[in-house]
Amino acid sequence: MSEATFDDATLVSGLRAGDDEAFETLVRLYMARLLRVARRFLKNEEDARDAVQDAFISAFRSIQNFEAGAKLSTWLHRIVVNSSLMKLRSKRRRPEEDIDELLPRFKADGHQVEDSVNWDLSAQEMVEQAERREIVRRAINQLPDTYRVVLLMRDIEEMSTEETAVALGITTAAVKVRLHRARQALRTLLDREFGR
Amino acid sequence: MSARPYITCRELIAFIADYFEGGLTEIQALDFQRHLAVCDSCRAYLATYERAMRAGKETMRYDDAANEDAPEDLIRAVLASRQRS
Repeated sequence: MSEATFDDATLVSGLRAGDDEAFETLVRLYMARLLRVARRFLKNEEDARDAVQDAFISAFRSIQNFEAGAKLSTWLHRIVVNSSLMKLRSKRRRPEEDIDELLPRFKADGHQVEDSVNWDLSAQEMVEQAERREIVRRAINQLPDTYRVVLLMRDIEEMSTEETAVALGITTAAVKVRLHRARQALRTLLDREFGR
Repeated sequence: MSARPYITCRELIAFIADYFEGGLTEIQALDFQRHLAVCDSCRAYLATYERAMRAGKETMRYDDAANEDAPEDLIRAVLASRQRS
């Protein structure tokens, strides 16, 4: 089923009227996409499915608040990110690992302890092979959740600094600090794989 | 010729996120470029930082393009939960 076949206004008016067919259309249209987003946040398949189910229920309940002119896909995307974050918070038990060992180290004069060296592969070459994509995916999943989530929201889901801050209940300054640290840590992990 | 001292690698790396967001002041941007011009290590760091960012994004795009089918059992579970609520 193609998203382009349905326009948002028609679908939203059906949803607001409580039309069963409109609800089924919405679920069939967006299920795969929302599940992919939830899987990025939640490493466990069952949790990702729960988060998607919660997201649809939340969307059904709040369809009257959907603003005319907004994009249904963007609205649903925000809802599933939020339900994934809620699920993640409910699962968090152990204290997180420290990220410091993945950050660059400096001498007293402010220069790098170890010189950085460029990689042979371009970003495109790094993801052309399934095996290399798996390395990138694994590296992202290795980041402590506090940082991984900000990296996902800003760099992958392309949410703004402000949206990310509101969803996480932190300041925009904290989002920027976490994002920079997350990217540095990801660079270090990939350097171990792709560096010379 | 500027008499300003060169910034350190630590300072340059702290500027990188703002550099990509276009958030550096004119002076900071100048200091950034002056350091890069003389530091191979920071040029490599900047290039690999950007590549790591892009590799993350591109990997997820591949996943999105995979066009996997939506699981029918989950679709049914969601529709059933709406009937119950």
